[in-house]
Amino acid sequence: MKLKSLAPILYIIFLMLPIYWLLSMSFKTTNEILSGFSFFPQEWTLENYAVIFNDPTWYWGYINSTTYVLINTVISLCVALPAAYAFSRYRFMGDKHLFFWLLTNRMAPPAVFALPFFQLYSAVGLFDTHIAVALAHCLFNIPLAVWILEGFMKSIPKELDETAYVDGYSFPRFFVTIFMPNIKAGIGVAAFFCFMFSWVELLLAKTLTSIDAKPIAATMTKTASSAGYELGLLAAAGCLTIIPGAIVVYFVRNHIAKGFAMGRV
Amino acid sequence: MKTENPRAWLLVLPVILLVAFNALIPLMTVVNYSVQETFGNNVFFWQGVDWFEQVLHSERFHDALGRQFLFTGIILAVEIPLGVAIALAMPRKGIWVPICLILMSLPLLIPWNVVGAMWNIFTLPDIGLMGYGLNWLGIDYNMTQSPLAAWVTLIVMDVWHWTSLVVLLSYAGLVSIPDAYYQAAEIDGASKWSVFRYIQLPKMKQVLMIAILLRFMDSFMIYTEPFVLTGGGPGNSTTLLSIDLVKVALGQFDLGPAAAMSLIYFAITLLVSWVFYTIMNKDVKE
Repeated sequence: MKLKSLAPILYIIFLMLPIYWLLSMSFKTTNEILSGFSFFPQEWTLENYAVIFNDPTWYWGYINSTTYVLINTVISLCVALPAAYAFSRYRFMGDKHLFFWLLTNRMAPPAVFALPFFQLYSAVGLFDTHIAVALAHCLFNIPLAVWILEGFMKSIPKELDETAYVDGYSFPRFFVTIFMPNIKAGIGVAAFFCFMFSWVELLLAKTLTSIDAKPIAATMTKTASSAGYELGLLAAAGCLTIIPGAIVVYFVRNHIAKGFAMGRV
Repeated sequence: MKTENPRAWLLVLPVILLVAFNALIPLMTVVNYSVQETFGNNVFFWQGVDWFEQVLHSERFHDALGRQFLFTGIILAVEIPLGVAIALAMPRKGIWVPICLILMSLPLLIPWNVVGAMWNIFTLPDIGLMGYGLNWLGIDYNMTQSPLAAWVTLIVMDVWHWTSLVVLLSYAGLVSIPDAYYQAAEIDGASKWSVFRYIQLPKMKQVLMIAILLRFMDSFMIYTEPFVLTGGGPGNSTTLLSIDLVKVALGQFDLGPAAAMSLIYFAITLLVSWVFYTIMNKDVKE
């Protein structure tokens, strides 16, 4: 038994090492980083974090990223919920092909779409807005959300719907007050994945923004090239990008394993 | 089972409209570029399938495609067994479960360019923990000079980044097995191997297929992490397909060849995914 638990422990240590290195670097001065190797910071400094919290170009990056990620999660879930319900409950013309077509969009390499996306969103006048990035990320998040939610909905017996209709519920009222609470875990897992994939994506987010909606990751790339190689500052900014994800995963921690097992994903 | 209902289309409509706006219009733009030549100023000439022929016959494309398949193959061969093994070794109940899950999910939630930058710093031979550590152990390690070291770093980085997804999915399959199955196996005196082969593996099969499909798609499209980590170097040794594509499209601004390459790239991804998807659905039905 002891030996068996060694594998996850070693794995987690392996996962934590690069994160530790980033964290320790964010508390070092640039001088200390460049002067040589040290496992712990010799002189602790909060200077790097102070720069980020006092400079609008930095902290607005976080606000921008969070804004479009949240918009994207809301849009994805709102349209994916009814669609997933249709796929899980009804047969209709072309349903199977439609489902696969949706999935194919999850497979489109963003590198392929970067330039056309720029032209498309410039043409409709949405370039450099949060909504543009949120809509663009729908390309891969909606298919995934439909996929996850459909799995969860399948495991809910159809009798639930029928009883509700017999009791005189209208479809929208049934869906919101009875059906959605039943697939709470599924909605949580789908939201987690939408948040995650939108938060980590950079290529499209960077292509579709310039100043007003610039994501934090793009701010970091720009600083890396313009202000010399300020490793401490970059490390601090990197550490801060981990926090939103950590908060979200904390909320869904109990659903994540159970959720997958119930659903198709 | 399911009832026939043509009105279900109405429920799917918003999804179709939104995805179509994002997928079809850009895709048609790419198709447009792929059959035309431009000298700037928005003047285009019909070019036919010349670009496709050019790309399909170019050695550069073959090399990038070969590297891409090699990368994806190694990734699947390492991450899937490793992920399953770790999921099997994880505790089923208790306080450690959520802690393990949260810690393991962390790499998944870091923006991809930060992942690349983080590993770049981590592997610097003079000030990075891994680079310094390896050299201290007497292993001559410098990612920017040796193609082998660059490849190893790239793979270790991806294993670090994505194995947790396989662990999460496999673990989800494992916890769905009722205790009664294990008790029955114990009464029958089943060996550990047969418990795995006949109870755990079949239960994990479905989620595993999803894990393989997702890992295939994502590792085949990978761009940001290797771009930040190695920039495709040293030389061209880690120039995977999408890095090459962006070089052609935005670096040299050869829109025609880049578009043709995009379409071939997309077609290959689709084909392989379709094969996986079909096998997956067949298994589900049986």
